[in-house]
Amino acid sequence: MEYVRAFIVGGTICLIGQVLMDTTKLTAARILVLFVTAGVVMAGLGIYEPIVEWGGAGATVPLTGFGYSLGKGAIEEVEKAGLLGAFTGGIKATAGGIAGAVTFGYIMAVLFNPKTKP
Amino acid sequence: MKKKALYAKENYRGQCTAIKQQTINRRKDVDYVDAVKQHQQEEYQQFIKDKIPKPNLLRNAIAAFVVGGLICDVGQFISNFGQNYFNLNKDDTSAFTAIVLVFLGALLTGLGIYDRIGRFAGAGSVVPITGFANSIVSPAMEFKREGYVLGVGAKMFIIAGPVLVYGFSSSVALGILHLLFSR
Repeated sequence: MEYVRAFIVGGTICLIGQVLMDTTKLTAARILVLFVTAGVVMAGLGIYEPIVEWGGAGATVPLTGFGYSLGKGAIEEVEKAGLLGAFTGGIKATAGGIAGAVTFGYIMAVLFNPKTKP
Repeated sequence: MKKKALYAKENYRGQCTAIKQQTINRRKDVDYVDAVKQHQQEEYQQFIKDKIPKPNLLRNAIAAFVVGGLICDVGQFISNFGQNYFNLNKDDTSAFTAIVLVFLGALLTGLGIYDRIGRFAGAGSVVPITGFANSIVSPAMEFKREGYVLGVGAKMFIIAGPVLVYGFSSSVALGILHLLFSR
């Protein structure tokens, strides 16, 4: 059942992105920036928490979930460490993903060459 | 003499009206030419509009929904795996899932498979975190010939950079707002 919920929530978030790309002139890069920022904002407003509770990975895997982790991390760390937490919290919470993306991204880019486009 | 003067006057008047008529005609011509030009332009715009392939909204939306949903299900599986086999707590599970997905996204991009998925799925492959990894590897591979520092190292962040800039900044701003307003 949790797979069905993850499918529905994740699919819907991607569908919103697709409709935005088709109906406006937003490029993929702008969509990514928009979704991350929207995730942070929704974390701040407390809207995204229930979506994560219900949708599990369907809510955390899309980039809005990345934004949500950033925002939630910042809020939690502010409660523990005050102003310093605003700077450390978000990145602490997402450090694994970011370090992974940079490291694996670098390795793969070095190992592989672009395929010629048909 | 009188007759000659009268004749000259008539002649002059006639010339005046002729010139007036000519200017009117000329203006009409200009208007006509403008109208034709405008019409041609409109026709051309229409022609271009017909030539640009219209995105098939429904087909794209379904593809994005299905592929996005499937990628999230893979994430759900990895998350469950981490919880059950490595006994990870909630925060560690989300980090674990992100790292594995990012690895898969980067690997599939390197192999050229992710771009093939992307051509079919559109936003379904862009919005998940695997798409973030894809946005790092793709330009990095493309610019390898410009060297490993300003080529791979710099171009990795051509899309990921803005994402991190806006993500980090807004999270810091949110933390400060939380500090100011929720006590």
